[in-house]
Amino acid sequence: MNPPADSGAVVLRATGIVQSFLGTAVLHGVDLELRKGEVHGLVGENGAGKSTLMKVLAGVHQPDHGSLELDGEPIAFTSPLQAQRAGIATVYQEFTLLVDRTIAENIWLGREPRRGPLVDRARMLRDTRELLETIGVPDLDPSLPVRQLSVAEQQVVEIAKAVSLDATVISMDEPTAALADHEVALLARIIAGLTDRGIAILYVSHRLREVFDLCTTITVLKDGALVGTWPAEELDERTLVRQMVGRELSAFFPDATPGTEPGEPMLELEGAGNDFVDDVSLTVRAGEIVGIAGLQGAGRTELLHGIFGADPFSRGTMRVAGRRFRPRSPRHAVRAGLALITEDRKTQGLSLNLTVLQNALGVVRAVFPSRTRAARDAMPSALAELELVARGLDQEVQFLSGGNQQKVVLARWLAVAPGVVLLDEPTRGIDVGAKFGVYEVMRRLAASGVAILMVSSELPEVLGMSDRILVMRDGRLAGELPSTSSEEDVLALATGADEEAAA
Amino acid sequence: MTAITGTRPVRRTRISTTAIVYIVLLGAIALSAVLVAAAGKSFFSAGTLTSVLTLMSILGFVAIGQTLVIISGSLDLSVPYVVSTASIVGAGIMAQGAAGIVPGVAAALLVSAAIGAVNGLIVTKLRVHGFIATLGVGLIISGWLGTSFQGSFGSAPAEFRLLGATTIAGVPLSTIIMLVCAGLAALLLHRTSLGLHIYAVGGNAHVARLSGVRTHVPVVVSHILCSMLAGLAGLLLLARTSVGSPTIGSQGGYDLMSIAAVVLGGTLLAGGSGGVLGTIGGVAIFAVLDHTMGVLEVNPFFKDFLRGAVIIVAVALYAWRSVQRRPPRFHGKGKEA
Repeated sequence: MNPPADSGAVVLRATGIVQSFLGTAVLHGVDLELRKGEVHGLVGENGAGKSTLMKVLAGVHQPDHGSLELDGEPIAFTSPLQAQRAGIATVYQEFTLLVDRTIAENIWLGREPRRGPLVDRARMLRDTRELLETIGVPDLDPSLPVRQLSVAEQQVVEIAKAVSLDATVISMDEPTAALADHEVALLARIIAGLTDRGIAILYVSHRLREVFDLCTTITVLKDGALVGTWPAEELDERTLVRQMVGRELSAFFPDATPGTEPGEPMLELEGAGNDFVDDVSLTVRAGEIVGIAGLQGAGRTELLHGIFGADPFSRGTMRVAGRRFRPRSPRHAVRAGLALITEDRKTQGLSLNLTVLQNALGVVRAVFPSRTRAARDAMPSALAELELVARGLDQEVQFLSGGNQQKVVLARWLAVAPGVVLLDEPTRGIDVGAKFGVYEVMRRLAASGVAILMVSSELPEVLGMSDRILVMRDGRLAGELPSTSSEEDVLALATGADEEAAA
Repeated sequence: MTAITGTRPVRRTRISTTAIVYIVLLGAIALSAVLVAAAGKSFFSAGTLTSVLTLMSILGFVAIGQTLVIISGSLDLSVPYVVSTASIVGAGIMAQGAAGIVPGVAAALLVSAAIGAVNGLIVTKLRVHGFIATLGVGLIISGWLGTSFQGSFGSAPAEFRLLGATTIAGVPLSTIIMLVCAGLAALLLHRTSLGLHIYAVGGNAHVARLSGVRTHVPVVVSHILCSMLAGLAGLLLLARTSVGSPTIGSQGGYDLMSIAAVVLGGTLLAGGSGGVLGTIGGVAIFAVLDHTMGVLEVNPFFKDFLRGAVIIVAVALYAWRSVQRRPPRFHGKGKEA
């Protein structure tokens, strides 16, 4: 399905790209060659310069030095629009869609088909329908507002928009960060269709397994410099990680701290349900890490929100540390010793324009005002222990990298010394090094007797970190698996493939 | 496993916000009919229609413009002063007689457009939020009006006053002009690139920019059109009162009333969503309530009380709807069988 890497001519060549912001060089002379019909993986830790390089190609940034060539012709973009018109389309990590407008209006924004002075709405819908058919999603209605689409569908709209630009190069920044595994499969199909038509794809992702599944060539960046470019088949995950971090991680996942034993049940649910999940029974003991796997929309986040009182359970019983307790609100839950690290740190986890310290003290100050002073005194050492890299405690968190933002979120919740920690996609969009840091924090918490319930869409993470794995499907628990299970076992349970096979 | 449609939340067809506005309007009419009948008067008469439509016209002009500005993500608090300015400028030039009508109208609209352009440029180039930019411009104009004009100024010739007095089959000419403007604004919003870009910029200016939209144009044009519509409202008031007045706009409270009508009509105050049709419905609801309370001769304070309550209830309803977007997967209290 993927043509060999050397089959295509070079479409886009970047040579010696140097990019600085406010005097700080972010890219130091990076070279990149994209060939027709290849999927070119661009990997590196956060802060390695992947996004910056992508934005240089997209015309968002104008490089200080270096040159770009498209089909052998030198080019220089002064705006994203110019790059688009030249055939370089970009699908950003944060979607660039207008949620209140329809799919068709979004795709043709800025170049609406016209008849005379008026926009030709009929043609806009017709063209969109054809476009969605070409990329293999004919059942998406072009007149639906984007607000009603799932994350995967929004991604499809972004790609359709790129294709509609007659792009010869499509850059994708973390396209699967918010997708469940079966949606990733759809994306892979769409990408294969695009490369068959000779489009070159630049693919940035933290999910290394996908990079190997999809990419024919892999380029590694580290600290703004080029480490190297290799055909994918010459690399394996271990070598790649070594190239990215410059050192070999002993393992992707740290082992449990010696002496961590499951203790008393800290969180128990019996037949719990609300509008989005039903009949959930589970137990998480002190010192245990329980993983929750499932497809996007299986009700995993909703389960955590139920436990945390954000969407309170309306039936069943819940116990915390052995006592019957049903939280009415997040505040109520926090007082009982629960913590929830949300999946979207930017909109639900942090106040982006407040400082590190203000964010880290946010929960303590709101729920346990009397403990604020103690928490403030302890915060510098707590943040140091999390290895937070920031200019200072008074830096606004919006200027931190994803990994460091997540550390602030962790500090914010550890400050209330919770007995039960609910984690929702704890490592989404953060780099390999920072992921490892989060895993170590989880191990340390477990060792200190905290019960951890973790939702994750990354199967290796669920398998690597959990003592037990609960799989959800359609708002209910589909079953429990031991940590020694394979990814296939989890997927079979999550998709219901096992039941279909049995029937 | 491959069908992404399976992951989509269930979509319920729900009535649009605009439909709700008109249902509320029908409710207001029904309630008014009952109340007026209870007071021993007749609601369904040509007189009522003319009265309601007349009440609609002035606020209608301003609210149409406000709709454009709000959808583009801005706000216009200078409209009352533009209304007054247009009436002053028009009356000043028309004082010479019928020959002054065309230059008077042209000058009034030009001055209005210029004010709108200033608003738009302050919002886009100086990056001052519309609320503050137009508050400032409004204060400046009101200062100029207050120091330069005491009492009424100029006059409107009889030919021009016909504009305020003519009705066609019970429909005031001013309202017809207002509805034509509403139609043109709707056409602009839905069928032109500029209109789609007004939504795009108001929805998310960054996204619009990345899609190649020149983001300043829609905002500036919205402000210019809004001011020109306010200018039209001022000219119409001149036709009705026959003299220019430096305070006629602020007396009408058109700044807040127009924003209220727009929001009542279902346009998102944050921008990016809504439309003119809803706004006209919102204006009509206010007009029906005003007419009825006028007929019933209720306490004017109660009138304001009712207006306020209607706005809050309507917006609370929209907010509730937007929270309820996601339908539950499981129902009921007990365990399912």
